[in-house]
Amino acid sequence: MKKKSLMRSIAAAPHIFWAVLFIVLPLIIVGVYAFTDAEGNFSLANIAALTDYVPIFWLSLELSVIATAVCLVIGYPLAYIIAKSSPRAQKIFIMLLMLPMWTNLLIRTYSIMAILDDGGFLNTLLNTSFHIVGTKGAVIFGMVYDFLPYMVLPIYTCVSKIDKHMWEAASDLGCSPVKTMLKVIFPLSMSGIISGVTMVLVPSISTFYISQKLGGGTFELIGDTIERQFVTGALNVGAAISLVMMVLILISITVMNRFSEGDEGGIIV
Amino acid sequence: MKKIIALLFTLLPIFLLLSCSGGSPEAPDAQAPRRERGDVVTLNVYNWGEYISDGFEGSLDTNAAFEEYFNTHLSEKYGGITVEVNYTTFANNEEMYSKLKNSAVVYDIVVPSDYMIEKMIAEDMLLAFDVAADIPNYVYIDEAFRSSPYYDPTAQYTVPYTYGMMGIIYNTAMVDEADIGSWDLMWNDKYAGKILQFNNPRDAFATAMYLLGLDVNSNDRDDWAAAYDKLLLQKPLVQGYVNDEVFNKMTSESAAIAPYYVGDFITMADQEENLAFYYPKEGVNYFVDAMCIPKSSKNPDIAKEYMNFMLSEEAAIANAEYIGYASPNTLVYENEEYREYMGEFAIDLLYGYSPDEVNASYNAIYGKDASCYHNFTPDIQSRVNTLWENLKIADSTELWVHVTAGLIVAAVLALAIGTTYIKKKRSKFYRERDKKAKKS
Repeated sequence: MKKKSLMRSIAAAPHIFWAVLFIVLPLIIVGVYAFTDAEGNFSLANIAALTDYVPIFWLSLELSVIATAVCLVIGYPLAYIIAKSSPRAQKIFIMLLMLPMWTNLLIRTYSIMAILDDGGFLNTLLNTSFHIVGTKGAVIFGMVYDFLPYMVLPIYTCVSKIDKHMWEAASDLGCSPVKTMLKVIFPLSMSGIISGVTMVLVPSISTFYISQKLGGGTFELIGDTIERQFVTGALNVGAAISLVMMVLILISITVMNRFSEGDEGGIIV
Repeated sequence: MKKIIALLFTLLPIFLLLSCSGGSPEAPDAQAPRRERGDVVTLNVYNWGEYISDGFEGSLDTNAAFEEYFNTHLSEKYGGITVEVNYTTFANNEEMYSKLKNSAVVYDIVVPSDYMIEKMIAEDMLLAFDVAADIPNYVYIDEAFRSSPYYDPTAQYTVPYTYGMMGIIYNTAMVDEADIGSWDLMWNDKYAGKILQFNNPRDAFATAMYLLGLDVNSNDRDDWAAAYDKLLLQKPLVQGYVNDEVFNKMTSESAAIAPYYVGDFITMADQEENLAFYYPKEGVNYFVDAMCIPKSSKNPDIAKEYMNFMLSEEAAIANAEYIGYASPNTLVYENEEYREYMGEFAIDLLYGYSPDEVNASYNAIYGKDASCYHNFTPDIQSRVNTLWENLKIADSTELWVHVTAGLIVAAVLALAIGTTYIKKKRSKFYRERDKKAKKS
């Protein structure tokens, strides 16, 4: 018994070392910077300065909520179709879905800019002159494009685990296909949806590259603001914004987990 | 077995990380370098992106050439060591400064711009040395750049690398020739949505201040407020605030007007023949980027050899051809082959309009010498940062964003409340049914 626990702690050691060095320690540093001024004295001025950034917070939140909703609307049917197709087709679909992720996110985003720009590839090809790069729509598009796989994959995993006999049982009990979908399958895949939503919402809120390139720099998201603080040397304010962001994300994840836990056992209506 | 493999994989990144540390700049060592025969010394050079000839398309790879030159000719002089250049790049002065100031990395050579050099000298971050004596090739630098440059009055910290000026790039197919000549082209609503602006406060504010006839180094807070108002007025016309995206946007004709640096225009003009360039009449910024040695450098002696090599004819010409900016090196701009390579048009643009002339014309109008940037006082610096922030935040919300996001949140809440209600109702139903069943 004792030997096993020793093995276990040896196996855990690298993880603990890693977590302390690259997760806990940086978090502590962020916390220290957030509550001190440039001279290193305790100060709440950085937290107080955050009121200036409330509009940016809201904009980031709103854009990422919209992007997440779009991802869900596109991603759920996609995940469902993949899960229902033959095993061979599933492999191909999943690979196609992952394929863009083999290219770096920054390169993909930069390419979208070149494709959608006013004089870009698409406008030249179609001989049109639509203007999308530089608008909020383009930023939402970029978020959806970059983060869609994170929505599809957990839902796919969840849906493919649902027992096939659920359908038969539901129709035996007089449920129409639409009702089966809404009242049986959808609620059963709730845990996949929750993790998909988390995995899209969190990176969307804190993104900075997408908004810089596709938003044309005419507005800022909170990720841009944090980046700018660090580049201009306002480390303390940057740390304070990051800290508040982390707390907010933590709260929202806790709330979401509450929902999924509460729904355990299924909300089969 | 599987567990062991898994363990190995978790350990692998740590080993990699530890073994990689030799490749990146090392932590400072207070002691003087102790070198032994056969040692490999890493020279850490930190320069702007795309700011050195790198061997692309048959050009000279200047860093490799330096290594080769040092290791064959100078190795003995330094006790049989060999040198390896670790070359890294930054995107702007502030990034470079913040990295040098706030982290433990050590660089042997950095290449900041004028105002940043002033700041770093003031903060005692640069090493002073006898430039003329330690760097023999310094004599080839044009006299105008050698005698007490404005950013380094005692001429003991810097070796000039490139210089250049800011102006307006425009697309001749999209812009009316009658409208050009002034900075006000960037405020011309005829070209709304086709105008680009700098995505850094220093240069963006300067465009407004030149137009308004204000001093770009003003210590008067009201001047900055006036420039801010002007930029706010421009914001609805601006397609984007850009850094290096300007290359793509101008060459693909996505935008018609952009303020940028002349060296970059020459690169763009190679790709898109409709592009033209002018220096606005109200005055422009001119800058010098210079090589310096940070105080924390462990190998200042080798850094000086590197600087000297960069001033030698072959390396300097290769760099000047690659970068496209003007070179303060007489060996470069007096070289016939170089002039031929660049073409008359580029040579005129780069060298025909000398900084002194710009200054003189600016001086004639405004009575002050203000075409180059100087370091801000902390008060003005924070003022500029705040105003820039406000500019970015201003008018950035649109109604449809609020409405859509609000509807989505409302729908999710309604769904959550609805299901909770139904669940409660259902469990109540079952509870009561069970009670009834028990009773009967």
